[in-house]
Amino acid sequence: MTKSKPIFYVKKPGFQTTFQDLGRHGFQQFGVVTSGAMDTFSLRVANLLVGNKQDEAAMEITMIGPELEAVSPITIAICGADLSPTINGQSITNWKTFRMKEGDLLSFGIPKNGVRTYLAVKGGFDIPVVLGSKSTYLRAKLGQKVEKGSILLGWPSTNNRDIGLKQSMIPNYEREAEVNYIQDPHSNQFTKESLETFSKQTYVVASQSDRMGYRLQGAPIRHQNGADIWSSAVPLGGIQVPSNGQPIILMADRQTTGGYTRIATVISTDIPKVAQLPPGGKIKFRPITIKEAHKKYVEHEKFVRRIGING
Amino acid sequence: MVSLQCYPMGDKAILVKFNDNVTPTLNQQIRSLCLSLQNQTLPGIVEWVPSFDTVTIYYQPDKLSYEQVSEHIHHLSKTTGRTNTESYLIEVPVLYGNEYGIDMERVAQSSNLPIEKVIEMHSKPEYLVYMIGFLPGFPYVGGLPERLATPRLESPRSKVPAGSVGIAGSQTGIYPLESPGGWNIIGRTPLRLFNPKISNPFLFKAGDYIRFKRITEDEYQQIERDIQENRYTIRKEVR
Repeated sequence: MTKSKPIFYVKKPGFQTTFQDLGRHGFQQFGVVTSGAMDTFSLRVANLLVGNKQDEAAMEITMIGPELEAVSPITIAICGADLSPTINGQSITNWKTFRMKEGDLLSFGIPKNGVRTYLAVKGGFDIPVVLGSKSTYLRAKLGQKVEKGSILLGWPSTNNRDIGLKQSMIPNYEREAEVNYIQDPHSNQFTKESLETFSKQTYVVASQSDRMGYRLQGAPIRHQNGADIWSSAVPLGGIQVPSNGQPIILMADRQTTGGYTRIATVISTDIPKVAQLPPGGKIKFRPITIKEAHKKYVEHEKFVRRIGING
Repeated sequence: MVSLQCYPMGDKAILVKFNDNVTPTLNQQIRSLCLSLQNQTLPGIVEWVPSFDTVTIYYQPDKLSYEQVSEHIHHLSKTTGRTNTESYLIEVPVLYGNEYGIDMERVAQSSNLPIEKVIEMHSKPEYLVYMIGFLPGFPYVGGLPERLATPRLESPRSKVPAGSVGIAGSQTGIYPLESPGGWNIIGRTPLRLFNPKISNPFLFKAGDYIRFKRITEDEYQQIERDIQENRYTIRKEVR
């Protein structure tokens, strides 16, 4: 591979800016968390628009965006939450490519809808690959931080023309989401009434929600005999219920294993919806069969492939 | 024959639950299944995570259906029987007590033993690594003498140094990274449990055994230097 060149000067890093790809897979049996983008759909689309492979690492930007000065001519795309992005003070839209010249300043303003947005750069960011992934996981010092005053490297190049996603393909981020779940084998350890409560009530997203988990508030779920089980693997979207009865949806930075009973698992294609819910947002759960879930998965993959072809 | 059941865990994972008590024999069966998964994998199987009495298998639903994965597991469990899995007894040098083991006094009091005796009892058994989880390289081990069981701290510390050896309830363990934690810290090892920069980043795998060896402060510093200069050899033997 050719030597990388400077692409961005980081004037301000933003609030929780990290690099994320589709995650670090294959090492969960050794306790390595997968990490990866919270909203994989937006990440994949951002990459496809600029002509990268869909699993390339992009910058995951949460609520308060960074200020980045281009130091080479580059093509970018921002997909996901609308955090009011601008180039040299001029508003730009999400789900579309833009060309930046040397000296252009990319910044973000007020979050309008959604929580997380993905900044992909044509050619990708030059970040060391650790255990097969460029994803940042600060707790184990894996990956790279976005630090104030640093220069980010990549392989800058520009597209000749700008492209974007059709309006009909762009997801709408509401403050209220309905997500599908598959009941977990542990669910028989909860009271009957609680299982009903879980599928009927509307939960509120608590403010302590982060990349590790989305904490929910609602009528408590009751265990028949205690919240603890032998530790075992926890999947993305697993909904664990500690003894206080308030469910937590386990997200990208979840630990590989856990010892709390789980009531259900959110299906993979609905995880991006959860990832875009802000604190105070609302969530309702709907049961679904594994067959239906797999059908949705296959359709979703087809949909993303179509973007790759058209983009 | 191994008795097990499969359940869906979301749309991308299958939980294999073994109908047996958590014992070293069950652990051997779980490792045999993981080994046959490694040798006879299917396209679409991403990875698997063994635990005390389960194996969770992650798969891609556009390549494999739930039924296909579940059938494959049942097939493997019938054909594997007792595969010989390779495991090691690994020596973990520990500097016990004082500032390296700030809760040693608490453990000694709770078990009503002199500190010397706590150290002797803790460094005697061969502890079986049942599974790895919680943090990269963190071993869940079995075999702590009951007498040494000590309740967790009432409020967890915000920072426990990497290498800390602790006791929580009837479990003993080692912190691979600096992290918050509520375990009673009785010592520290200079070994690195997780180092992503080397070709084999993990010190332990499920099925290995650990024996703690008491060392002096001088030995601790010597080992630490040797590790930094890449000339420390882990002491281990095949089990």
